Amino acid sequence: MRQASPKNSVEPPGGYLDAASGQPLRPTARAALDAALDQGWADPARRYHDARRTRLLLDAARESVAAHIRARPDEVSFTASGTQAVHLGIAGLARGRVRVGAGIATTAVEHSSVLHAARTYGEPVAVAVDRVGRLDLDAFASVVGAPGVALAAVQSANHEVGSRQPVAAASALAAQHDVPLLVDAAQSVGREDVPDGWSVLTASAHKWGGPGGVGVLAVRTGVRWRSPSPDDPREAGRVPGFVPVPLIVAAAAALEEAEGERADESARLHALVDRIRARVPEVVPDVVVLGDPVDRLPHVVTFSCLYTDGETLLDLLDAQGFAISSGSSCVADALEPSHVLAAMGALTQGNLRVSLPSGVREDDVERFLAVLPDVVARVRATLGAGGL
Amino acid sequence: MVETEIPAYDRVVDERGSRCPKPIISLARMAAADPAARILLLADDAAADTDVPAWCGFRSRTLSWVGAAPDGHGRAYLVVPIDPEPEQS
Repeated sequence: MRQASPKNSVEPPGGYLDAASGQPLRPTARAALDAALDQGWADPARRYHDARRTRLLLDAARESVAAHIRARPDEVSFTASGTQAVHLGIAGLARGRVRVGAGIATTAVEHSSVLHAARTYGEPVAVAVDRVGRLDLDAFASVVGAPGVALAAVQSANHEVGSRQPVAAASALAAQHDVPLLVDAAQSVGREDVPDGWSVLTASAHKWGGPGGVGVLAVRTGVRWRSPSPDDPREAGRVPGFVPVPLIVAAAAALEEAEGERADESARLHALVDRIRARVPEVVPDVVVLGDPVDRLPHVVTFSCLYTDGETLLDLLDAQGFAISSGSSCVADALEPSHVLAAMGALTQGNLRVSLPSGVREDDVERFLAVLPDVVARVRATLGAGGL
Repeated sequence: MVETEIPAYDRVVDERGSRCPKPIISLARMAAADPAARILLLADDAAADTDVPAWCGFRSRTLSWVGAAPDGHGRAYLVVPIDPEPEQS
């Protein structure tokens, strides 16, 4: 057992620093999955022994996940992904409020699934953020109070730079105008307290060490949400199709474990991110560390290195065994820089997002900090930018 | 579309067709060679809109004007040295 994370039941692959994209499956989740493949294979809607056993497993998983997000079990439905949860959440709120109008107020830095859904199901209005990526509440107040706004969407915390959003204040403003609020909590569930004040909450199991293929869509009792899908009784009529009970059981087991260890683990990751935030500007010249230094997710830090390109940085770091992501334009498919960095007015070139998985080894962070200066210097030398 | 005349400048750096971070590196190279120059950067890379002002913050410059490039292809960014602080009396 390593001293750096004595309480941890997870040991992610060395050099894996992209937890915000997804965490590897926790061993407890794998064990739960194995058992549920034997015990929970039947159709939970049927009336025989194997079906009842499967239904009990599904009900227990739902109760467990609901408790961790402070929802009632009947408010929680499982989807195929966090993205599907966001799409259904926004589509259903828009449909429920179609008489009010088509306006969808979002922060300018929401996950692309929110922005794309807002474009598909309504007329989005992206509200400005400040230099750390935090929602401008004055601007939000005037947007959400305008006529014709069907719903608002504010993430719990930003997935690229880690800054927390003022969900409680945004929720109060939205409530003044009876506008329902969708909170994308994908980066927060299992890592920190999930904010209250949501009408719809969405999350994604593989972010907390559950399997891919499971998302969470929670709809508060009394919220006007109308399914955009053809009628189907499953998942309280919110998500059509057969439910992958074994995956859901594994997701719930992973969340149970994440919640059990998070008081200690989130504090440890928070301190490791503090170390990265402090050390990167000491060892790399012309770098800017982004996002709120304090009021932020425990595990995410982003910085941009002048005169470098994200693609080459990622390749050189990959060659050294580090898995990291970037919001630079050269890495994106569309050749556009990250809309988050652009909305913040931040340097987009040479962008690196480091996100620490639960159980990350302290010496992985130290090794990363040790190789980074040379990697950046090599990219700059290749581009003829040394000494500029 | 409103035509806005490009303000006075001393040097042109034409990086249209090249991708981030090359336009910024060429801008920095010109600024290092001629520190007092008012530089007009021409670029069509989507990252330039955010990265030019961000670079200005690193190197004591100001982005004083942005508009269409003279021939209508891409954008023009006028980067000038920050005025020296007025003497304290």
